[in-house]
Amino acid sequence: MPTVVIGSARDIVEECGVARFVFSDFPLGNPCGVPYDHDMQRAIVGIALDLLETAVMPRTTVQTPFVWSKDESWKDAYARVDDANREQLRRQGEMRRAAQAKSKPEAGAS
Amino acid sequence: MKTIHRTFVSYIDRTREYYAAQGYDRPYAWARHTDAPFAHLPAPLARCQVGVVTTASPWRDQQSVDGVLRGGKQVYSQPADPPPEKLFTDDLSWDKISTHTRDVPSFLPLPQLAAFAAEGRIGRAPLRFHGVPTDYSQRRTLEQDAPALLSRLREDGADVALLVPL
Repeated sequence: MPTVVIGSARDIVEECGVARFVFSDFPLGNPCGVPYDHDMQRAIVGIALDLLETAVMPRTTVQTPFVWSKDESWKDAYARVDDANREQLRRQGEMRRAAQAKSKPEAGAS
Repeated sequence: MKTIHRTFVSYIDRTREYYAAQGYDRPYAWARHTDAPFAHLPAPLARCQVGVVTTASPWRDQQSVDGVLRGGKQVYSQPADPPPEKLFTDDLSWDKISTHTRDVPSFLPLPQLAAFAAEGRIGRAPLRFHGVPTDYSQRRTLEQDAPALLSRLREDGADVALLVPL
C-alpha cells in the first residue's frame, strides 16, 4: 500500500527508511502543523498528498517550508542534559530502576 | 543566515545522551533498514480512499507513570467521523516543554482529509482511523502490529495511508 509519513523526527524516520516522508522542523507532537493554525495544517497534509503522487522512489523526503518560531531555543530544550540537571537525571534513573526492580522481583534478583 | 552544525534535532543522539545521564548504559538501538518499501498509487488520488494511522491512544483519565501506561497497548480503530475531541498522548515522547497536543488535528489530520475529500482532491476520507502502540519491540511492530494495521486498512477499502507518528 502506498504510504507517506508526516513527522518531525527526521533522523529516526530516515534511518528507519520509509517510502515517502514529509518533514516539518517542529517540536515533536504536532507533525501536521502548529496547534490551531488550520491553514498550516491543511497545507502540510496537502504536501503529503502531493508527495503520494510525485515520489518515484523510496526514501523521498520533502521538508515543509514552515518555521515553528523565530526563536529556535526549543531545539536545545528537548531532553537537554547539562550541569543544572545532571544530578537530578541520575537520581531519576536510580529511582526508576528501583521501582522497576520492586514491581518485578525476578528481574531485580538477577 | 549561516550555520556551522546540523540545524534539525538529532533525536537519536539526544535520547541516547539523556538516558545515559539517567544511568542506562545500553543505548536503544533504533530501526535501520538499508531497503525501504515503495508502492505506486493504484489510481489517481481523486479516486483513492485515504487511511490514517496515529501513535496516540484512545482518551483515558489516567496518568502515565514514568511515561508508561498500565496495561499493554494494542492496535485499535475508531470512527473518523466525528473526529475525536481528544486523544491520550501523555505516554509518548513529544516535546512537553515547547508544545501541547490539545488540538487533535495538529497530529491526526481528519478534518483536513474530510475537506480534501469534499473538494475532490482525494476520492474518500477515512471511515476509521487506526492507532498503533509505540513499542520498544521492533519485532512486535513488524510481525504483529504492522500486519494488523494493513489488514484493518484493507478492510476499510483504503488505497493509501498517511502514517502520522507524534
